[in-house]
Amino acid sequence: MSHDWEGLVQEDRVHRALYTDPAIFNAEMTKIFGGTWVYIAHESEIPNVNDYVTRKLGLRPVIVLRDSNNILRVLYNRCTHRGTTLCRHEKGNARAFQCPYHGWNFLNSGKLRGVPWADGYSADIKDEKFNLAQAPRVESYRGFIFATLNLEAPILLNWLGPMTKPIDEWLDRNPGGKIVVCEANRFKYKGNWKLAYDNSSDGYHVIYSHRSLLEMENRLSDAANKGMAYYKNSPDSLAMYVQYMGNGHHFKDKRPNLQARPGGLWAIESTHPGKEYAEAEFRRKYGERADSLLDLAGSEPVNINIFPNLSLLGNHIQVFQPISVNETDAVWYGTRIEDVNGDIGDALGTINALRMRTQEGFPNFGEVDDLANFEQIQVGLQCEEDEWIYMNRGHGIPDRIKTNADGTITAPATDEVFMREYIKEWKRLMKGPTPLSIKREP
Amino acid sequence: MSVGAQDPSVSSFYVNDSFYGDLIARFQDWDHDRHGICDPVERDGFRLLLEREARFLDQHKYDDWLAMLTRECVYWAPARPGGGDPRTEIAVMFDDRRRLEDRVFRLRSEFAWSQAPASRTVRMISNVEVFEYGEMDRRMLRSNFIINEFWDNEIRQLVGWCGYDMQNIDGRWLIRAKQINLINCDRCIRNPSIIL
Ligand code: FES
Ligand SMILES: [Fe+2]
Repeated sequence: MSHDWEGLVQEDRVHRALYTDPAIFNAEMTKIFGGTWVYIAHESEIPNVNDYVTRKLGLRPVIVLRDSNNILRVLYNRCTHRGTTLCRHEKGNARAFQCPYHGWNFLNSGKLRGVPWADGYSADIKDEKFNLAQAPRVESYRGFIFATLNLEAPILLNWLGPMTKPIDEWLDRNPGGKIVVCEANRFKYKGNWKLAYDNSSDGYHVIYSHRSLLEMENRLSDAANKGMAYYKNSPDSLAMYVQYMGNGHHFKDKRPNLQARPGGLWAIESTHPGKEYAEAEFRRKYGERADSLLDLAGSEPVNINIFPNLSLLGNHIQVFQPISVNETDAVWYGTRIEDVNGDIGDALGTINALRMRTQEGFPNFGEVDDLANFEQIQVGLQCEEDEWIYMNRGHGIPDRIKTNADGTITAPATDEVFMREYIKEWKRLMKGPTPLSIKREP
Repeated sequence: MSVGAQDPSVSSFYVNDSFYGDLIARFQDWDHDRHGICDPVERDGFRLLLEREARFLDQHKYDDWLAMLTRECVYWAPARPGGGDPRTEIAVMFDDRRRLEDRVFRLRSEFAWSQAPASRTVRMISNVEVFEYGEMDRRMLRSNFIINEFWDNEIRQLVGWCGYDMQNIDGRWLIRAKQINLINCDRCIRNPSIIL
């Protein structure tokens, strides 16, 4: 199969086929969700030796684990005998996985430990071809575990490039620079996975797609400045911005809109269960420190979007999981904090409880509306003669978009420059040869 | 304990540490046979109450529904089987009085795209059991539900069971806490935007 990639991805528009063609989707599962680094799990989900979670790398079922020697591995969840999945649980702790079909038994290094009635084999059952396949490269950046099947991909740190700065800042605002994943708001939508990635830095949709949320959040206050209300008037003239960071990554930074002081974040936090209790309690007990404690429960106004499937926003770790050309799972993992330095003390419980409630707000009252819009894009794109999707906001306006010394590109918050740029990286990966490989324990 | 006379529709003082502690204790290990109430009259009274609740929600009579809950109520759909701990884990939904009114406000705005047009629902309630809980003015209920939801030209089913913490106030039974346990609560769900 070959596509006219230059024709499909143009300067200011892309062809509907990117979202509707099953052949393109299949190629993406190889070339993108195999050929580049893909986020696969967070280390806090598998903190102990032998802990595992089951996930997907593209469409490949995998077991992400910390093996008996404390090595992070992404094993194919596929028995080397006749192909069944070995592990059917979401998470657990196991030194070995025994196949439920004929009982082949694998260590969590992927090595075949034994088979029932081994004397029935003339083949050498110790041959490495019987060990489980696994991703040849697994790397972690500050707890975020990525995998790729591409031996020629740059090391993770270089691939993240300037993205490490917003990631570091996102982590370092928490005690000890540490967060712990703690359940999730989990969504499914009938649409292509890129609809979610297209949305991740989209500052243009906020006041329309999220109008019900913005009105809801501000229904009780006259000031009407909670949540994302700063998008209301002239968002492009505000200090917030969108930045293309290379390798398909992009970053929406709304922090410059805040008052630069402890409590500046909390000041725009909308209403949540327990909010007034925590505020009153912290001010009474902790005085001056109350503001910075409350900020820990507040929703950090950034969107850190790591191509192709990860988005850090608010306090969430959002992951896009393609299912088919027109079906995607979007999981909003919550995060809590720990009192790493021992200076939070008995405020920790209240902060985390409030942090859970602030995190449930947007998925419940905002994301559902975006997802409805994604689904309706997929429906609209069935108009096959109307071929183009425009992402031309900000395009061709002199002095609107700046290329920085480090090669990143900065633009006003509602610009679609991030889409125009990331899709070039998508095109590069789709066009190129993809030397994928797996490895097995020797 | 709530502070002073704050209106829970406006500010949320009652969702505090002891509120969470009580809630978790209450929804732990409560549906034992030894606490079961077999009296058919009492059971039928609660069955009627739950059927009425289902009808209010099917008919989008949200004010009537909200009036079935205590002022300092909670509506809680855990994100994992067994409930988990809402203090340290994300829930599918965890609403206090104000957030429930937010939810209703949003549904009534013309801009809730996930509900434009709105879902049509028919709820089936069954397996209603009544349990003693502490004082005579308190009861726990357990019921199973199927919500048949018509949305985007499809009918789907949301299935699970609910636990209710009930309190009799001035001769009326009100819902202090409703725990909604979807059987697929820890999986991806399409458009979870109706009130369960
Ligand atoms: S398929 Fe696994 S042992 Fe046969
Ligand atoms: Fe959005």
